[in-house]
Parts: sequence; structure tokens; C-alpha cells
Amino acid sequence: MATKTLLLLGTRKGAFLLESDAERRDWTVRGPFCEMWPINHVLGDAETGTIWAAGGNEWFGPAIWKSSDLGRSWSHSSRGLAYPEGSTPVKSAWSLAVGHGRVYAGVEPAGVFASADGGESFAEVKGLSEHPSRPYWMPGGGGLILHHVLLHPDDPERYWVAISSAGVFETRDGGISFTPRNRGVRCDYMPEDQRYPETGQCVHSIVMAAGRPDRLYQQNHCGMYRSDDGGENWVSIEQGLPSSFGFPAAAHPSDPDRVFLIPLNGDIAGRFMPDARAAVWRSADAGRTWADGRTGLPQEGAYFNVLRQAMATDRHDRPGLYFGTNSGSLYASLDEGASWSRIAENLPVIASVETMVIAA
Amino acid sequence: MTEDGPPIGERGGERGGEPAGGTGTAPPALVRLSPLLVTLFPGAAALVAIDGAGTVADLVAALDARHPGMAARICDERPAIRRHMNVFVDGARASLATPIRPGADIFILTAISGG
Repeated sequence: MATKTLLLLGTRKGAFLLESDAERRDWTVRGPFCEMWPINHVLGDAETGTIWAAGGNEWFGPAIWKSSDLGRSWSHSSRGLAYPEGSTPVKSAWSLAVGHGRVYAGVEPAGVFASADGGESFAEVKGLSEHPSRPYWMPGGGGLILHHVLLHPDDPERYWVAISSAGVFETRDGGISFTPRNRGVRCDYMPEDQRYPETGQCVHSIVMAAGRPDRLYQQNHCGMYRSDDGGENWVSIEQGLPSSFGFPAAAHPSDPDRVFLIPLNGDIAGRFMPDARAAVWRSADAGRTWADGRTGLPQEGAYFNVLRQAMATDRHDRPGLYFGTNSGSLYASLDEGASWSRIAENLPVIASVETMVIAA
Repeated sequence: MTEDGPPIGERGGERGGEPAGGTGTAPPALVRLSPLLVTLFPGAAALVAIDGAGTVADLVAALDARHPGMAARICDERPAIRRHMNVFVDGARASLATPIRPGADIFILTAISGG
């Protein structure tokens, strides 16, 4: 069956869609969509072709945008996407997850909302908002943002959220209660005897290993980690990488031992590519050893970064790997990160990259 | 007479003409919406007549009834007019509690601070 490959970009100036065939050599770019609102995450459901975009506008507040015709037309809703009266207002929507008949939206200030009607209306997941640690959550440099919602593929009651900088939390009862999942994750910005608190970690990205839901990978402000027990315990996998700081992570779509990271030069060193030379680092043994892929990436003057949600893989048998930069370039690899080609440039700041493969 | 232009009946182009709505006996409030706000709601008019709104909060509720979701674009959950939105009633910057007289002249604008 012929397929169409879509890349879904959230940018500072709206959503963009890139389209190619299964070969993924030539791409067309469409956008900006969503009235040029800042869009933090765009996600598609390959079964229905529906696309959602999460964002927020300084004038008009947060919204979840939706397109049922591959971006040709869009609607927007923020019905229910609000905290109780008197609260600090929801500023923007930051992350999306779709599964088990629900659409989830993570927002700033950190919270998660769930929709049972395809993203037309939302309800606050109060189990997270009312977590006892909530009064102590501190914003990271990007704000107090809930930037990842990770659904368990089989258990509709179970999911993880990642908050900068409160850490990872898991629910196993559909959002009634949440448990911090930060054991083993460092806070280098705390006094030496307080570097492993229960909450307060600055997680930047969490992803799930293919076919192995209890294995999670995490890129943190302070290190890279793997968990083999659903986040209950994390072990450092940063040895062999050029720094302990980065933003995105991507899991291989079929091999649970393969993971991709883009370390930057450090949180107090400028937060750009190490030595201004761009590389994606890949592991084939669950983070025990690492190799860098540089061919086709700029090897001098690379003062860009790649943000939390801005790397993704597609679902082809020969998977594609993609990342977007804060300088508006989009790179693709068809050999698991060894070599790269730039498939778009001069876009706005890219906040997120997702993929969707559908019938042509 | 507004501070930045001629009376509404003398306006031309998309900002002039007959306002949408308004069927009561007292003169309706005449509401001009930011072009960006109009763009977000297909079918919305740039000039709207609203009957019977006692306050800005009532006015926003009436706009929301006509264009579901519009209230959330203008107000947040404090509740208050959004930080980077401005509502002017008869030339003065208003809050949700600001009273509206029959025939009031109202602008709902995007603030420069949000741009």
C-alpha cells in the first residue's frame, strides 16, 4: 500500500506540515497554520488522520487546534481548558497525547487536561493539580510547563507526565492520584546534600522504549537516564556523551535498546552544540555505549539548540529520524542517525516534531 | 463620537455598515472586534450590536452565545479580561464589572503588549 509520510511541526509562528512519500527524499512544506499562534506541539492520529496542535497566544490564551483534513482547515477550542475560578490562568498548552479514546493536553502552569470528545472540550485532571508537592513546584527556564504526556500502550489508566521543573509523575488510576517517579535523578542545582529530592527534578524529555512499556528513557537538565521499571528507579546513562545536558530524546520505533539524544554543551555553557559542531548521539544497547552521527550536519558554527519535543522517529520499516532546531532548520536521517540531510530551513523556532504515516 | 474616528454610521468599509444583531427597544451597545478575533470565528462580524448587556461581563457572555468560545479568547479564569486584551467602553479602558449604557460604544482590542 502506498503511504504518505507527514512531519508535524510546532513552531513559534504556527504549525507546519511537511509531506513526502514512503521514500522520504523530497518534501513539500505547508503552513503556517493555526493563525501563526505559538504552537508547542502538533500530534496526529494515523488511524483517523486527525491532527491536533497545542499552543497559546499572548492575546487569546491557550487552545487546542484540530484539523480533520490534513491541515487544510482548522478549528480551535479551549472549552474546559482552565483552572478553577480565581486560579492563575492557563497560559498555553504545551503537549498532547492521544490514545484509549482520550486526548490529553499538558499546559503551563503545569497541569494536565483530558478530553473524551476528540479534543472539543477538556476537563482538568485534578489528581495532578492537587498533588501535595504542587505548592513547591518551581518553573524552569521555559516556565512551569508540562511538556510530555506518555500513555501506557495497554493500560488506559496508566500514564506519565513530565514537568519542568517538578519532575516525572505517574498515575495508575486514570489521573485520580499521581506518584513522583524521580528516584535516582539528580538536581545539580541544589546543595550537595539535597541533590536527590522526591520532586523538583528538571526533566526535559521522556520517551518509551518500543514494545517495552516499563522501559523509559529520560533527558534531564542534569543527566540522561533509563528506567526499566516504569520510572520507579532511574539509572544514569550519560557516560560516553559529551555533556549531561540536552533537551530531546527519541526512542527507536521497533528496537527497545535503541535511543537517540542530542546533548548540548552544557546548561551554563551556552546551550548549543558542543564545540559548535552538530551531532546526534545514538545507543544500540540501552544507553551503555554511544556513537555520534555527524555526516551532513554542520561541523562549524552550529550555535543552535534542539528543544524538548523537537526530535522524532517515523513508523516505516526503515525508520526515519528527524529533528528541528531553534534556528528553523529541519534535518532527516534514513540510516538511524548516522548521516543527515537538511529538508527545510528558515522556518520559525521549531518547538516540536512528530511524524504520521498514513495511506496515500 | 469615538476618540479615534467618526461616528459609527459614517464609517466605511468593513468597519462600517449595519451592525450584526440588536433587536431590542433600547439602543444596543455597538461592539467593534479586533480583526484577529474576528478571524478566529468564521462568520463573525467586525461590528456587532448587543442588546441588554448591563456590564462588560454580560457583553462577553452575549458574544460567547453568538460565537461559542469567544469568551475564552477575551477573558481568563481569574476571572478577568486577559492580560493582553483591552476592552474600551465609551473611550475608557474597562474591566468585566464596568457598566454599559444603552448605545454604548465598545472596542475589544488586542493590546500592543501582547504583540
